[in-house]
Amino acid sequence: MNDISLQPRLSRRAAIFCGLSAAGGLAIGFPVQAAAKGLRKVSWADGQNPKPEMTAFLVIDPDSTVTIRLPHQEMGQGTSTALAMMVAEELNCDWAKVRVEYASANRNVRAAGKLYGGMQTVGSAGVRSSVSMMQQAGASARERLRLAAAQRWKVDPADCSVTPGKCLHKASNRSFTYGELAPDAAKVVLASEPAIKTPDQFKLLGKWTPRLDTAPKLDGSAQFGLDAKVDGMVYADVLSCPEFGGKLVSVDETPIQGRRGVLKVVKTEDAVIVVADRYWRARSALNLLKPVWASGGASKVDSAQLDKAYRDALDGPLVNAKNVGDAPAELAKGGKIVEALYEAPYLAHAPMEPLNCTVQLAPDRVDVWIGTQAPMAVLRLAAQQAGVAPENVYVHNHFVGGGFGRRTQHDELVHAIAAAKAVGKPVKLIWRREQDIRRDRYRPQAAVRFKAAMGPDGTPSAISSQVAVGSLLRSLGASKVENGVEPMAVEVIATHAYKIPNNRVDVVLKNAHVPVMFWRSVGASQNTFFLEGFIDELAHEAGQDPYQFRRKLAADRPDYVAVLDKVAKESGWGTPLPKGRGRGIAVVDTYGTVTAQVIEVSVSQAGKLKVERVVAAVDCYHAANPNTIAQQIEGGIVYGLTAAMHGEITIKDGAPVQGNFNDYPLLTLAETPPMETHLVLTGGPRWGGIGEPSVAPIAPALANAVFAATGKRVRKLPLKHADLSWA
Amino acid sequence: MITLTVNGQRHELDVEDDAPLLWVLRDELGLTGTKFGCGIAQCGACTVHINGKAQRTCILPSKAAEGAQIVTIEALSSDGKHPVQQAWLEEDVPQCGYCQSGQIMAAAAFLKSHPKPTDADIDAGLTNLCRCGTYPRIKKAVHRAADLAAKVKA
Repeated sequence: MNDISLQPRLSRRAAIFCGLSAAGGLAIGFPVQAAAKGLRKVSWADGQNPKPEMTAFLVIDPDSTVTIRLPHQEMGQGTSTALAMMVAEELNCDWAKVRVEYASANRNVRAAGKLYGGMQTVGSAGVRSSVSMMQQAGASARERLRLAAAQRWKVDPADCSVTPGKCLHKASNRSFTYGELAPDAAKVVLASEPAIKTPDQFKLLGKWTPRLDTAPKLDGSAQFGLDAKVDGMVYADVLSCPEFGGKLVSVDETPIQGRRGVLKVVKTEDAVIVVADRYWRARSALNLLKPVWASGGASKVDSAQLDKAYRDALDGPLVNAKNVGDAPAELAKGGKIVEALYEAPYLAHAPMEPLNCTVQLAPDRVDVWIGTQAPMAVLRLAAQQAGVAPENVYVHNHFVGGGFGRRTQHDELVHAIAAAKAVGKPVKLIWRREQDIRRDRYRPQAAVRFKAAMGPDGTPSAISSQVAVGSLLRSLGASKVENGVEPMAVEVIATHAYKIPNNRVDVVLKNAHVPVMFWRSVGASQNTFFLEGFIDELAHEAGQDPYQFRRKLAADRPDYVAVLDKVAKESGWGTPLPKGRGRGIAVVDTYGTVTAQVIEVSVSQAGKLKVERVVAAVDCYHAANPNTIAQQIEGGIVYGLTAAMHGEITIKDGAPVQGNFNDYPLLTLAETPPMETHLVLTGGPRWGGIGEPSVAPIAPALANAVFAATGKRVRKLPLKHADLSWA
Repeated sequence: MITLTVNGQRHELDVEDDAPLLWVLRDELGLTGTKFGCGIAQCGACTVHINGKAQRTCILPSKAAEGAQIVTIEALSSDGKHPVQQAWLEEDVPQCGYCQSGQIMAAAAFLKSHPKPTDADIDAGLTNLCRCGTYPRIKKAVHRAADLAAKVKA
């Protein structure tokens, strides 16, 4: 087992040099800044005039600069550095000369998707879905360079070796740089692909490595979709019908007629778009319009009704999603029965960069400048909306200013294309924050009812769970989910690792008029709150320590036991705390990674909650870059705490109430507790994801800590509504 | 017409008095390092220095900045080596990076008035929002920047 404490750690520089000299491997004692320039210029060319290349993933310039093309997007999660490390690990190149750029979606669609695959960055899958592919790209290129060198020297390839950035013929003391060999190597066809390294052979992967994209994010030069500049472009602001499903009836344009810079008012089925020569002119003009909307039939719906509707739906009919043993029979036997109802609200993604894009339409071509998690989806949507062939759409992807799942569905692109059609010019369309939050596709509202029978040994002999939640796939129009069971609806509740001899899960997919979608960690984000809260209740009912209780239920999973033990040890679990202070624990297996967290809170007698400390132990089996792993764990904790403490979208008159950071607050720096992250890597064949797993356990760990501190069990999020006062 | 002095350069601009400074910087002057996050001065992505003080520009009328020295992230330093930028680099603070121009400008101004800040000072003084959750590293980087700045002075 590889046990890595990510904090406290050596200074950045020391970590790099110590780590590598200990490994005795690649000479990457590079100046930090040189490497950090790597992503400064992400290629916008999108497949036009590609340089001579080794493979679709790799270009080596005459000066041995290596450009790696990424099939995934950089939205802060560090994938661009991790994927480049995978190639460099095998290529054995000079890390200081590594650059990265996005792979071309256009080229991919012309190759029927076979070149770069789906290209979407979702499901914490960037590293684990691409590790073999990126390693192979590097290994293949290295082997072709070596064979090209042997051909030039007319020597046996077996006598040629590689050293960072060079091929050597030791017998004659000759060498060529990769840059010198690249044109010849590009012509070499391998009889078979070389083997790739196994994790025990890694020299660069697994080492704390500075991100390639940091420097441009410190001086304003990093380019996001919002920063795109296209000759002749104009700007647009948009307001959609407040009620989901409502329609635009009319809008009186007279208040803005003759207003400086205003070019056009564009009406869509359910939105008003103002196009002007500057964004602020479009925005201030839009503020003066009073569109008339028609209800789509939900104008009387509010959150109180939705809360009741989801609770009532638990009474059935439901569809069975999991059935182990016979939970109803076991529950019917009587004995000690524990029941609880848990609820969670809609949540918005709220990336810091509001949705935006810039489009340019030509008769047979569309260009889109955007930050997206899903360039192929952008390409297809643009083709459909503009009426051109997908092969003629060029997606110029940028740094993504936060994704969290939101940037897989580009509703703003539909508005931008409508606006560009109407004015015959390139248009940059920006969703103002209120539009971004009120026209989001939310994490679904949900209610879950648990019923458990406690066995004589103090462990649950049966758990029956009923889940009522919206279907993401139905809401997206992606599937009718005809069997009535969607994996996201019951993940964690049906897929937990606890040994419960009789365990039944039933679900009803119930969609309101409010659109729902993938939200960082998806079903696990609310379902872990539900299940791990209830497990905590069972532990207390059984009079057992919540950590030991979980450890016993997951005893046949060494990865669970390892993270539980680690988090307990590092958090000082079990050491006495004064009244009003408490620790809570939660553990979950999501996106291929097992995460345990302990939160310590203090709650004043008046009920004021303060998160004092968070300790996380994570087993993602292998670590590509511990630096970005630590960031994702910390960031996931903040994202999860925001939701647990503050997050809710409520509905009134059929429309979302919250619209900006004043009423949809994010966790602040002052609210952010000290946190420690520890990796407990058990290795093996699987690689875990890291972008999402740490979001899920934080809400239950927090609620469980609140219970430990106050004796008050919170079963409905967010916590801000709970009275936590105690005497 | 409005006259603005941005990053040491004077600009005569034909914009409305109430045009928010953020959009004038971005769309008239092409200084896109300053970001739009909320439009109600809640998040701080649009933070620049006006006469040395951190200010949120998304609701600030341009006219109000006339005659002042405006400095944006692009000119915080000529070489990217302002102690705050250096500390941010060494701690590898950014994730998506979108809010970081504002975070850095806020921290640079904050350190002028708090050259040796405590954690409590940082909690009270830095209120910009970050959705990626870079706060733990921001806190470390602010302490590191304070140390770097002290060394430069010494």
